[in-house]
Amino acid sequence: MSDTTEIVKASLARRYRAERRFRFYGVLAITISLSFLAFLLISIVFRSIPAFTQSSIHLDVALDAETLGVSENPDYAELRTANYSGAIKKAMRERFPDVSKRKEKKNLYSLISSGAEFQLRDHVISDPTIIGGNTVIWLQADDELDALVAAVDDVTNIGDVKTRLNEQQRGWIAELQQAGEIKTRFNKTFFTNGDSREPELAGIKAALFGSAWTLLVTFLLSFPVAVCAAIYLEEFAPVNRWTDLIEVNINNLAAVPSIVFGLLGLAVFINFFALPRSAPLVGGIVLSLMTLPTIIISSRAALKAVPPSIREAAQGIGASQVQVVFHHVLPLAMPGILTGTIIGLAQALGETAPLLMIGMVAFIVDIPAGITDPATVLPVQVFLWADSPERAFVAKTSAAIVVLLLFLIVMNAVAVLLRKKFERRW
Amino acid sequence: MFAKSVLCGSFALFLSSPVLARDSISIVGSSTVFPFATVVAERFGKVTDFKTPKIESTGSGGGLKLFCSGLGTGTPDITNSSRRIKKSEFELCQENGVTEIIEGLIGYDGIAVANSVEAEQISLTRQHLFMALAKDVPSPDGGDTLVPNPYKSWNEISSDLPDLAIEVLGPPPTSGTRDAFVELAMESGCKAFDFINEMKKSDEDAFKALCHTIREDGAYVEAGENDNLIVQKLEANPNALGIFGFSFLEQNSDLVQSSVIEGFEADFDAIADGDYPISRPLYFYAKKQHIGQIPGIAEYLAEFTSEGAWGEDGYLADKGMIPLSDEERDEIGSAVSSGTPLEL
Repeated sequence: MSDTTEIVKASLARRYRAERRFRFYGVLAITISLSFLAFLLISIVFRSIPAFTQSSIHLDVALDAETLGVSENPDYAELRTANYSGAIKKAMRERFPDVSKRKEKKNLYSLISSGAEFQLRDHVISDPTIIGGNTVIWLQADDELDALVAAVDDVTNIGDVKTRLNEQQRGWIAELQQAGEIKTRFNKTFFTNGDSREPELAGIKAALFGSAWTLLVTFLLSFPVAVCAAIYLEEFAPVNRWTDLIEVNINNLAAVPSIVFGLLGLAVFINFFALPRSAPLVGGIVLSLMTLPTIIISSRAALKAVPPSIREAAQGIGASQVQVVFHHVLPLAMPGILTGTIIGLAQALGETAPLLMIGMVAFIVDIPAGITDPATVLPVQVFLWADSPERAFVAKTSAAIVVLLLFLIVMNAVAVLLRKKFERRW
Repeated sequence: MFAKSVLCGSFALFLSSPVLARDSISIVGSSTVFPFATVVAERFGKVTDFKTPKIESTGSGGGLKLFCSGLGTGTPDITNSSRRIKKSEFELCQENGVTEIIEGLIGYDGIAVANSVEAEQISLTRQHLFMALAKDVPSPDGGDTLVPNPYKSWNEISSDLPDLAIEVLGPPPTSGTRDAFVELAMESGCKAFDFINEMKKSDEDAFKALCHTIREDGAYVEAGENDNLIVQKLEANPNALGIFGFSFLEQNSDLVQSSVIEGFEADFDAIADGDYPISRPLYFYAKKQHIGQIPGIAEYLAEFTSEGAWGEDGYLADKGMIPLSDEERDEIGSAVSSGTPLEL
C-alpha cells in the first residue's frame, strides 16, 4: 500500500465521525425547531377550545305588554326599545322564587349574558305576535358560567378550579343542570359577531372582513404596479447606473421596518389627501407599499427563470419586444409571480405596526361593508383581546390566533397549488 | 398595459375623491377609559339606530392631540382621558377652532397594589411604596441626604412590614397606569418627607426627578403593558406584589387580593368615597361643534351619562369603573346634556 492510502485510512474514521456528528446536529436543529412549533401550536389550539363552545340557559319568559312597557299593538320603534332585560329578570326570579335579597338577585341575573336581552329582542321582532303569551328561549349564559361548566362536571364540588361564582350561584347552576336547562353547543356567535366587551358575545367576523378588505386593496394596488415594475426592469430597462440604483433601493425598501410605512400613511394619505382614518382603504395602501418590494423581487426572479431560448424563438419569428414579453415570457413566469404575491400578502396579513398609526387598532362592532368603513384586522383583534381584563378573553385570543393561522395556511396552500398546477420545467 | 391604465385610473380616483363623509362617531383616547367607553359604544349601537362608534385606544395625550387638531370629519368627535385636559392642550384646541368643548367627568379608576391570595395580605402606606420603589431615597440614618435605594426587603423600611424581599411587578414607563401610579402613590409618599416637600418649591425639576424615578436594580420588574400578565405572574409568585388597574383586580378576585393602603383596600366603596388614595378621575371631551354634523353624538353622550350606564348599579360599575356620587352625577349629567362649553 502506498503512503497516500495510509494517510487516507488513518483519517477516514475521523472524517466519518465528523459527518455523523454533522448529521446529528442537523437532525437536532430540526427536532428543536419542530418541537417549539408543535408546543406553540398545541398550546394555542388547546387554549382556544373553550372559545368554540357556548352555554345557554333555557328560560320560559312571560312577554306581557306591561313588563315590556309596550302598547297592545306595538310598532317597530317600540319593540326595539322595550324592556327586555326586565322580562328576563322577571323570568329568572320566577325560576328561582326563593331569591329575595337585592345582592342575591344581582348574582342571579349575572348568570345570564348582558347580550341576552338583544337575543330576546330579535326573537320578538321576528314574530311580534308572541307578545302577551310565554316564549321558551335558550339565552346565552355569562362567560363565568360558561368557563365553569366547561371546566368541571359537578359545579357544587369544584376542587381546585378557580371561579368568581359563589356557592349559591353554583347551587343555581347545578339545579339548572339537573333540570337539563343548561346546554353547551357550538359557538356560532364567534363567527357571526363583531367585537364585543362581553366575551360570550365577541366574534371574529368584523376583523375577518377587515382583513379581507384590506388585503383586497393591497392586492389590487400592489400586484399591477409590482408586475409592471418587474417587467420593465427585467425586460426593457437599459443596464446603467440609474437602473442599478433603483434595484438597490428596491432591495433596501424590502427591509424597511413596517412602522415607517405607517407614519408615511398617516402623513400622506390621512393628513394630506384627507382619506378616512381606520379604513381598509388606507390600510391597504400602506400595506401595499410594504408588499411592493417583495412582489417586485420575486417577479423579477420568476421572469429571469424563463429561459432565453423562449425569447429568442419568439423574436426569431418576428415578434416585437412587447409581444415577446406579454405572449410568451409573462405567462410562463406567472406561477412564480403569483407565489411571490401571495407570500407578500401573507406577510401583510400579519402586520399590526403600520396600522397602529392609521387608526386601525380600534374597537369595531359593526361588520365593515366596504373599504371606507371603519375596520380592524385579525392580528389587531388578537392584541385587543389579549389586553382585556375578562378572563374568558384568553380563550378568544387563542381562537382568533387559530383563525388567523388558518387564513394564512389557506393562502399558502393556494400559492403551492398554483405553482404545482402551472409550473413548467425545462 | 391594461394593468398600467387601471393603475393610473385608480390613483386618479383616490386623488379626486372628495373628503369622505362620515356617518359614525369617531372616538380616541385613553387606554384606561377604553374598556368602559367600548361598553357604552357597543350598547349604544344596539339600542339605537345609529352605527356603533369606532373607538381607538391612543392614550390620553395622543387622544387630546388628535382631538385638538381641528374640526371636520377627519378629526375625532370625542376623546377619552384619564386626567383633566391641560391648559396647553385647551389652548391648542382653541387655536385650531375647537372652541366649544363639552367636558364630562364620568367616574374614577383605582390602581390596585395586590398580591396572590395564597400569600398574606400586606398593609402599606404611600410612603412605604415610595421608599420601596424610588431610585434614590432619604438616607436611613436620618438627615436630609439622599442615597441610592438600599432597601432589599420590606421589613427594612418599617418593622411592621413582613420579612419579604421587595419584588414589585408593574407597568413600563409607556403605560398610563404607570404615570398615574407615580403621580398618585410615589409623589405623595415622597412629599411626606419635609425636606423633599421644601424642594418642590425651590427646585421643581429635581423634585420630580426624585419622586418620579423608579429604581432599576431589579426590585421593580417591568412586566409589560398587559395587566393580565402581571396577574398571572402574581399567581405563580406569591412573594411578589403587582400594580395594575382596578378592573383587573375585580375580574381576578379569586386569584389576587388588594393590599391595604393607608387603612383601605382597593374596593368599590373605598374608591367611590375617595378613601382609597391611589385613584384617578376619568373624563371624556366632546366637540359641541360636531353635534348635528355627525349623527348620534348627543345621543351617545346621553347614553354614557344615563343612570343605567354610569349609575351605582350601572353596567360600567359592573366593568369596574367607580361611579361618581349622586350629586356629582346630577350636576355633570345636566351640564353635558345642556352642552355647557368648557372654560379654563
